[in-house]
Amino acid sequence: MIDTGQYEGMIAETVTVRHADGSWLPAYSARPLGSGPFPAVVLFHHRPGWDEYYREATRKLAQHGFFAVCPDLYSRFGQGDPDDVSAMVRAAGDVSDQAVIDDGKACVAWLKNHPVTNGNVAVMGSCSGGRHALLTACNDQNVAAVVDLWGGRVVMAPEELNDRYPVAPIDLTEQLSCPVLGLFGDKDTAPTPAEVDQHEAVLVAAGKTFEFHRYPEAGHGFFYYDRPAMYHAESAVDGWRKILTFLNNTLR
Amino acid sequence: MCTSISGQIQTTGSAKGASGWFSLANITVGYDHPAHLHDNHAILLDFVNHDLGPGGRVAVELTAESARELIKALGATLADGEAYEVHVSQ
Repeated sequence: MIDTGQYEGMIAETVTVRHADGSWLPAYSARPLGSGPFPAVVLFHHRPGWDEYYREATRKLAQHGFFAVCPDLYSRFGQGDPDDVSAMVRAAGDVSDQAVIDDGKACVAWLKNHPVTNGNVAVMGSCSGGRHALLTACNDQNVAAVVDLWGGRVVMAPEELNDRYPVAPIDLTEQLSCPVLGLFGDKDTAPTPAEVDQHEAVLVAAGKTFEFHRYPEAGHGFFYYDRPAMYHAESAVDGWRKILTFLNNTLR
Repeated sequence: MCTSISGQIQTTGSAKGASGWFSLANITVGYDHPAHLHDNHAILLDFVNHDLGPGGRVAVELTAESARELIKALGATLADGEAYEVHVSQ
């Protein structure tokens, strides 16, 4: 919450996060000034890449008191305009799930042990990033909460599985050990409302803690104000409120 | 990727990008979220030479209808060109 009587500031910068294999992962980081301890969030960027929107989302979370880190999941494909790097990834047939999970786990571990965090780390992402956040949460017991924003292909047909995508995220639900927030547009085609229903039913059957919210007038990517065909202001404003409430309730 | 719909062909040709002309190595064809076109999905064409790094790329985003028109125009022009080559070789 903003208080006009309070001084505030943040540090926003590119950093490198140490991987378990010893390599370095570029990431965009934003956190409030001060020693905290701050709850933390790892953001998984969407298909268009490590772009301006995700830098803004990272800073928005810092504005609300979180230590947020957004790794460049496409860094192994080259550096340049995010759009061009994203095209490299498309040409290569996409980044593998395991590579993203490894990147996510490295960021979670870095934040969990950082001296200015409270050790509680959420993962969050939109579009392919929502799927990646869910995959990471299912593979890392250190994750304290997950925010899935219209992640597509959580439900996958057997013929969609391959070396890059060996398991459908929905089939990892039993491994999930933290609460889930999901936001979806009823006009979306990836995921479809029926796929969201299916995911919800599996979460219920597994006894997981979760809340799903559906927006009747929204489609895919309804937060993206820079993409007028996707943006739906009313749903986006409510969605951000729900995210901040969920993160404050689960991480503080 | 959101749709995972993409394919790639090897190609011989040239393209002109922000830094001038370069030799093409591949064309990637995808159907996914466009970066610039105001639509949820589009046909994405990337004319690339990845030896030049991520910037070795000329990008085109088309609506499905425009992509169909392009296919027709390519087919018609190619047929005319082939007919011309036959004519001049006789």
